[in-house]
Amino acid sequence: MLELSILLPAILNGLTTGAIYALIALGLTLIYGVLHIINFAHGSLLMLALYGVFFLHSLFGIDPYLALPIAAAALFAVGYGLQRLIIGHASHGKDENILLVTLGLSVIIENLALYLWRSDTRTIDTPYSFEVVDFGVAFIPVPKVIAFFGALLVAALLWLLMARTDLGRAIRALAKERQGAKLVGINVEHIFAMSFGIGCACLGVAACLLLPSFYVSPQVGHAFVLVAFTVVVLGGMGSFVGALLGGLIIGVTESLGGLFLGESLGQLGIFLIFIIVLLFRPTGLLGQRA
Amino acid sequence: MRNLTAIILFCLVLLPAPLLIQSDFWITWLTLALFYAYLGQAWNLLGGYGGQFSFGHALFFGTGAYCTAILQIHFGLNAWGGFVLAAIAAGLVGAGTGWLVFRYGLRGSYFALVTLAFAEVFRILANSFEFTGAGVGLLVPLQPGFAQMQFETKAGFFWLLLALVGACLLFTYWLQNARFGARLMAVRENEDAARALGVDPFDTKLRAITASGAIAGSAGAVYVQLFLYIDPNIAYGPAMSVEALLVPIIGGLGTIFGPVLGAFALHAIAEIGRLAFGDAPGLNLVLYGILLVLMVLFLPNGLFGLGKVSFGLGSLRRLFKGGAHA
Repeated sequence: MLELSILLPAILNGLTTGAIYALIALGLTLIYGVLHIINFAHGSLLMLALYGVFFLHSLFGIDPYLALPIAAAALFAVGYGLQRLIIGHASHGKDENILLVTLGLSVIIENLALYLWRSDTRTIDTPYSFEVVDFGVAFIPVPKVIAFFGALLVAALLWLLMARTDLGRAIRALAKERQGAKLVGINVEHIFAMSFGIGCACLGVAACLLLPSFYVSPQVGHAFVLVAFTVVVLGGMGSFVGALLGGLIIGVTESLGGLFLGESLGQLGIFLIFIIVLLFRPTGLLGQRA
Repeated sequence: MRNLTAIILFCLVLLPAPLLIQSDFWITWLTLALFYAYLGQAWNLLGGYGGQFSFGHALFFGTGAYCTAILQIHFGLNAWGGFVLAAIAAGLVGAGTGWLVFRYGLRGSYFALVTLAFAEVFRILANSFEFTGAGVGLLVPLQPGFAQMQFETKAGFFWLLLALVGACLLFTYWLQNARFGARLMAVRENEDAARALGVDPFDTKLRAITASGAIAGSAGAVYVQLFLYIDPNIAYGPAMSVEALLVPIIGGLGTIFGPVLGAFALHAIAEIGRLAFGDAPGLNLVLYGILLVLMVLFLPNGLFGLGKVSFGLGSLRRLFKGGAHA
């Protein structure tokens, strides 16, 4: 029988990682829910955000948590621009074309990063990097605790934005009924780009919460993109609560998988969940009908 | 008939190339272009003719590569035998994944993502076991000679790949005129309508992914003999999958010569990029990414689409007329 003293820390650790996954997946699910497109460049944009936060820290000495508004605003602008200038014109009536264009974008971003910053893995040092919080059963590093609650807070704010503001209402209207939204005077192009921008802003926040306890390298986006897809698919495409729940489940799965099967094989669980959910329950845990 | 003549002409023109071109560099360049054309032909069969965009063709390529490498290293099997078994193994993997994916009706973007996930699963597995060499990879012993598919001159590989590409061109030519090809294209255009006409989409797509997998697997077998090395990232990593889909998309989806044209264009551009920017890591892939975005945005029918617009006489006349009025 496995001892609880190993199991519980693994679960707690998994939950903190899972909250970050959830945050990344929230952006993805928002973009999917409104635009009905799958943004393959999501992971690369996260990598870009991580580099942004890294350089803000190493060049200007800005603490990652203070960089949060800058990163979120910058990523919002990038996302808005990408949708307005490139992705919005790419479909030619076929969803696959969007996937191809975002794949192309991710290849560009990833390899440009490789060219500019080489494939070194970089981390930052903060005074609180090695401080821990005692949870009784386990010691969890402070940055991970902040990341966990920060991610939940942002998720709540996002929900407020969607539920209570005019922008949120416009986004939801567009997600439900494109034609009707257009008829009542919603600027479709603008709201599409706004949704894409907000989805990307989540990545900016995630990058700030992630960097103090993680690293950045040009390939890091790749590790996240399939995980984020898995979370979204597991939770149900377009479902907010689903993304939160899915993120936590995947985080714990990964942590326990790593515990039982080792670092390399442990990742297998995520992809198997992805394949199995898509095959047998494509609506996910909380998704509406496909 | 015109296509058949073009295929024969293409092979005849390239056939004496190793005798006429003395530079090793250019023969290697042509050989690699043919290799990627061959890989692209595999993708084109499923993606171009069947409309199923796979993001994980490395799954088949890698399976073929590992199959022949393992058989050769651990069981001393002849490379030609390995080539055939690699095609069969990759075909079976294609049939297996295809059965699962099409049985449960995954289409479009979901199909693309699931194939990518399958490739990742295989990459992790290859990374974790001893007999696949784990993260270190497998080194295939050098045994130059025709018998082990490792030719003493560069020309040998060139001719082998030319023969494979030529065979694929003929296969695609047959496909375009065959009943199976018609069914496949019907499924691509509209699955529900095809079903209404009595076409079984599941069966059709399953055959296509099996054949496509087998061809990509045989490409993997050739790759192993050419480079004598394989590791999980080369075999199942995203680079090969991207290359496989980029080639036919640039050349022209669902056309006989699309992958060949795409492979030559792509590698010419990569070469020019290398001359212009030096051998920096990543830059040629940046170029590939830009090409992919530009192609989808402006030329969704590939270079062949361009040919049809600007070189077709009818459209040329229309173009001039349009110009005169504007």
